[in-house]
Amino acid sequence: MNNIKCECGHVNPEGTVLCEACGKPIEKNQHIDGNDKKKLLNMRYDGSARRSQTYNKSIIDKIWSFFSSVKVGVWLIVIALVASAIGTIYPQEAYIPSDAPDRDPAVFYEDAYGLPGKIFYQLGFHNLYSSWWYLLIISLIGVSLVICSLDRFVPLHRALKMQKPKRHETFINRQRFYSETENVTDEERETIKQNLKKQRYRVSEQDGHILAEKGRFSRWGPYVNHIGLIIILIAALLRTTPWFYLDEYMWVREGEQKVVPGTNGEYYIKNNNFIMELYDKNDKRFQAALKKKGEDVPSNFQTNATIYKKSGDTVAGAPPKLEKVKDVSIRLNHPAKFGGYTVYQSGYQQNEFKSMTFNLHEKNDPKKVAGTFKVDFGNVKSSYDLGNGYKVNVENYYPEYYLDEEDKIPRSKSKYARFPAFVFSVTAPDRKKPEMSFVGIGKNIDATGKNKYKLGVEKYEPLYASGLPVKRDYTLPIFAIGAIIFMIGVIQGMYWQHRRIWLHPKKDSTLLLAGHTNKNWHGLRRDIEKAISNTSVKIVEDQQELE
Amino acid sequence: MSLISVSSTMLYTAFVLYIIATAFFGATIKAKKNSVSAKIGITLTIIGFAAQLVYFITRWIASGHIPVSNMFEFVTFFGMALVFAFIILYFIYKLTVLGLFALPVAIIVIAYASMFPREIAPLVPSLQSHWLYIHVTTVALGEGILSISFVAGLIYLIRQIDQSVRSKRTTWLEITLFTLFVFIGFSVISVIFNISGYNAEFKYVENEQEVTVAYHMPPLIGPNNGEEITKNAMTPWVELPQWMRGKDAPRKANTIVWSLFTGAIIYLLTRLILRKRVGAALQPLMRKVSPDMLDEISYRSVAIGFPVFTLGGLIFAAIWAQIAWNRFWGWDPKEVWALITWLFYAAFLHLRLSRGWHGEKSAWLSLGGFAIIMFNLVGVNLILAGMHSYAS
Amino acid sequence: MGLDQIRENKKKKKKKRLIFRSIVLILLLVAVAYALLTNLSDKKTTYEAGDSAPDFKLEQINSANNQSSIQLSDLKGKGVMLNFWATYCKPCEKEMPYMQKLYPKYKDKGVEIITVNLDSNKLVVDRFINKFNLTFPVLADRQDQVRELYNIVPIPSTFFIDSKGKIVKKVEGGLTLDKLAGYLQDIEPK
Repeated sequence: MNNIKCECGHVNPEGTVLCEACGKPIEKNQHIDGNDKKKLLNMRYDGSARRSQTYNKSIIDKIWSFFSSVKVGVWLIVIALVASAIGTIYPQEAYIPSDAPDRDPAVFYEDAYGLPGKIFYQLGFHNLYSSWWYLLIISLIGVSLVICSLDRFVPLHRALKMQKPKRHETFINRQRFYSETENVTDEERETIKQNLKKQRYRVSEQDGHILAEKGRFSRWGPYVNHIGLIIILIAALLRTTPWFYLDEYMWVREGEQKVVPGTNGEYYIKNNNFIMELYDKNDKRFQAALKKKGEDVPSNFQTNATIYKKSGDTVAGAPPKLEKVKDVSIRLNHPAKFGGYTVYQSGYQQNEFKSMTFNLHEKNDPKKVAGTFKVDFGNVKSSYDLGNGYKVNVENYYPEYYLDEEDKIPRSKSKYARFPAFVFSVTAPDRKKPEMSFVGIGKNIDATGKNKYKLGVEKYEPLYASGLPVKRDYTLPIFAIGAIIFMIGVIQGMYWQHRRIWLHPKKDSTLLLAGHTNKNWHGLRRDIEKAISNTSVKIVEDQQELE
Repeated sequence: MSLISVSSTMLYTAFVLYIIATAFFGATIKAKKNSVSAKIGITLTIIGFAAQLVYFITRWIASGHIPVSNMFEFVTFFGMALVFAFIILYFIYKLTVLGLFALPVAIIVIAYASMFPREIAPLVPSLQSHWLYIHVTTVALGEGILSISFVAGLIYLIRQIDQSVRSKRTTWLEITLFTLFVFIGFSVISVIFNISGYNAEFKYVENEQEVTVAYHMPPLIGPNNGEEITKNAMTPWVELPQWMRGKDAPRKANTIVWSLFTGAIIYLLTRLILRKRVGAALQPLMRKVSPDMLDEISYRSVAIGFPVFTLGGLIFAAIWAQIAWNRFWGWDPKEVWALITWLFYAAFLHLRLSRGWHGEKSAWLSLGGFAIIMFNLVGVNLILAGMHSYAS
Repeated sequence: MGLDQIRENKKKKKKKRLIFRSIVLILLLVAVAYALLTNLSDKKTTYEAGDSAPDFKLEQINSANNQSSIQLSDLKGKGVMLNFWATYCKPCEKEMPYMQKLYPKYKDKGVEIITVNLDSNKLVVDRFINKFNLTFPVLADRQDQVRELYNIVPIPSTFFIDSKGKIVKKVEGGLTLDKLAGYLQDIEPK
C-alpha cells in the first residue's frame, strides 16, 4: 500500500529517503533528512527507511520511536553527565573523610559546607550514584541503546546490500565530492578502475557504471560497540544478585583464625602476621621529598596468612576438619585468590594489645622485683604462678575498660584488648591475706591502701588486625567481554572508514565522478587523486557548505 | 652531573625548543606551502619531544619508577603526549597553523606542571603496580589527542566567526582566548617571583591538623584562619573560604588569582595595542587555512583519541582499581570526571554522526571537551578531593 | 497477488512488528525494574520469623551444666530459645537473671534455653556465669561461625524456635521478664 516503487524498478519500504538501489531521492520524503533545504544529500543510513519513523500509531510504537531517537539518547547522556558532575561537588557518603568530627551524613554536610551542603544532602546527592533516579537514567540509556541498535541495524544492512553500481544522476551530483569531465574514453575509465583495484577497493560494475568500495565493515562499528555496552549493562544488572557478586569485609587479628565470610564456612583464614614497611629516610632518591613531607611514607602493607579449606560435612560451629590450602602474602595490588574468592589487603588497625608483661615489686621500692609474668590476651589465665610462693590471681578482666557512670562499676565496651584493665589478687609468702589491686593503663589502685606489693607494666606487644575485603565476582568476565567488544567496535568504526567512489558515464561520454565517506575526506580525496592520475578526469570538488 | 640534573636540564631544553618551534610555525602563516620555516618548526618540535623523552627516561632510571606518579610528573607527561599527538596529526594533515596553537597549549601545560613539587617522591603501596604505567600513559595519550581536537576547533572558530559585529559567539571566543592569556600570565608571574625568590610561610588548621604552606608569590589570599610564620610577610587581603580544601589549596588559589591578574593585564595591553578583539586580530592570519580541513582534523582527533581515552581512562583504570582497591568502579571524583569526559565525547560523536553537527557547532563542542579535560586535571585536584589527589 | 492479499500481508507484518516491539519493551522494563528493586532492597539474608532455624553445633562451657556440646537439631521436639549475648553487653546482663529464673520451670515444660556467647576470653565468661549463677547451657562461638550464620548484628538477639524447628519470633534488644515468659509460652510443645 505504502511501498514506493522507484523508476529504476526497485520497491522501497515506506519512509525511504533515497532509493535503496539507485539512490534517487524519493520526492515526498525529502523533509525527513532535511534534503529539501540543502544542495547535498544527507547520506545517513544511505537514506533508507528507519523503522521508527514509519509507524506511529499504538502506544508501543510511540514509546519505541521515542527511545529510537538519537536526540533522546543524547539528551539522556547529557542528563547523566550533568547529574554525575553535581555529585562530585562534595564527597559522596562513602568518601566522608574518616577524620571528620562527625561522620553522620545528616550532620557532616551542613557542618562542613554550610547551607549548600545541607541542600546537597537533602536532595540525596550524597548517595547519588546509587539513587533510584540516577540508576533510572542509566537504565534508560540502556533502553535507548537496545532500541536504537535494533532499529538501525536492519535499514543499514538493507541499504548496504541493495546498493547498485548504477546510480541516479541526482544521487551522484548531490554528493559532497563531485566532478564532471567531458569526453572521457573507455580506456581512461578502465585505468581508473584498475587504479582503484590497486588501492584495494572492491569494484563492481553495471552497464559501465562503477562502484568502488572500501572498509564497509567499519559501518558496523557502532553496532558492535553498542552491543559491548549492552553486555556491560547486563553484567551490572547481574552483579546485583548475590550469587554473581559477593562482597564481604573481615577483620582478622594476628594469630586469629576465622571463617572467611560469604564462603558458607568452607574456607578459613589464619592471620600469621601483619607487616608495615616504611621508606628509608636516608634513601638518596627520595630524601628531599621525604624531608619535605616530614612524616613516614609506607612502602608496603602485607598480611601473611594461611588459607584452610574445610573437609567433610560438619555442621556450623562444630570444630571443623581443616586442610591447608596454601600460605599467601596479601599485599596492596597483589590480592590472594583461592576457590573463586579473592582477598585483598585493604586496611590495618593497631589499637589492641597482643600481650602485656607485668612485674610484681614492692610498693616502696620498684627495684625489688618479686617476679614477672606475661598475660597473653588471646588466652587470659585465671592465675599466674611467679614461683617462690608468689602468685597472681586474675579476679576480673576488662578488655576495653570503662567506668559505668550509672552504677559506678567497671565494665568493658567490647571483647577486644584495646584498653585492658585487671582486678588482681596477689598472694605472697610474707602476707597472710591476698592483696587486691586494680591495674589498667595509667591506673594502679590499691584496694585497701595497705598493700605491700604493686604490679607494674614492664612491656607490651601491640596487636595488628588486617582489614581484608573478600570478593567473588562472576560478572567480571562478562564485563571484560563487554569491554573488549566495545573496544573492537569503536576501533572498527573510528580507525577505518567506509569509502565509496562512483563513476557514472553519461551517453555523451561525459563522466560523472562522486565520492562519499563517513570520515576522513582528506584520505578519500587522496585515493581519488591516485585513481585518476594519468587520465583527463577532473579531481572532485568539495561541494560542502559549512554552516 | 647527576642523572636527576640531566633530567631537569632536558625538560628545560624541551620547553625552550617548543617555544622556538612555535615561533617558526608562526612564520609559516605568511609563507608558501612546504616552506623552510615549517620544516624547521616540525624538526625543532621533534627534537624537543626527544629531549623530553630523555627527561622522562632519565627520571625513570633515577627514581626506579615511571615518572607519572605525582601531579608534576603526570601533567608534564600530559604535555608530552599533547606534543606527540600534534606530531602524529601534523604528519597526517601537514597543517602548520596547528603547531602555532598546539605547542603553546603544551608549553602552558608544562608550565602549569611546575606549580607542583618537583622532588622525586617514593611510591606509596597503592601505586606500586604495572597498571600505573599502563593506565596513566594511555589516559595522557588519549587526552593529548583529544586536545588537538580543541586546538583545531579553536582555529576553526577564529577563522570562521564573523568578527564584524559583536555577538555572543565573539564574546565566548574572546573568553576562551582570555583563558589562554591567564595561563600565559601564570607562566610570566611564576618566572618573575621565581627570580625574585619570594617566600612566605603560613600555618593553619585543616581537618583538625596543623599544616604549613609556603607561598612563592605575595599572599593575596591567605589560608583560612592562618597565621604568619615568616616575619614581615604581606598580610593577605582575603582568606580562603573553608570549602576549598586539599593539599596546599591556599597557595594554589593564590597562584590562580595572581595568574588572573597578570593574564588580565597582558590581555588588556594586547587589546590596547591591537585596538580590536584578539579573535578579530587573529582572524586575518588564518585566511589561508581551509575550514574544512580544520573541521576534519577536529573530528579526526576525537575519532582517534576517543578509543584511546576509553581504553586508558575507563577500561585500564577499572582493571587496576579491581586489583588495587577490590572494586573496578568506586565513584571517586576523578573517576566520575573521566566518565563525564567519556560521556561528553560520546555525545559529541552522536551529535556529529547522527544529527549533523558539523563545522561551528562541532568546534564549540571540542572547546567544551577540552574544558572538561582541563577541569579534570586542574579543578578536581584543587577543589574536589579524592584518592587521585595524591595528597593523602 | 490481489490487493486484498497485499493488504493482508501488510497487516500481518504490522502485527508481527507490534508483538516484537512489545516483547522487547517488556523485557527492558523487567530489567530496569529489577535493577531498581535490587538496588533498593537490602541484600543480606537474615533469618526471620517463619524461616526454619539453621543447624549448628557448639561447645558448651558452663561448668554448672553437664552437657559438653549441643547441636540444635538434637533438640527437635522441644521449643528452643536461642539467645546471643556477650559479657560486655549491658542489656544482656540485664536479661540474664530473668532467663535464669524461668529456665528450670520451662525446661520441665519442654522448652530449652540455650545461649551463644560471643566473647573471646573464657575467663571473663566464667566470672560472669559465677556472678549470676547461671545453669543453662552457654555455648562458645569463638570464631563467630554461628553469629555469621544467623547474621547477628545487635546483641542481645533472641530467636524463639518451636518444636518443629521453625522460628516463631525474633527479638533484637533486651527482654523484660513478662515478655520473655510470654514468648516462652508460645513455643511450648503442644
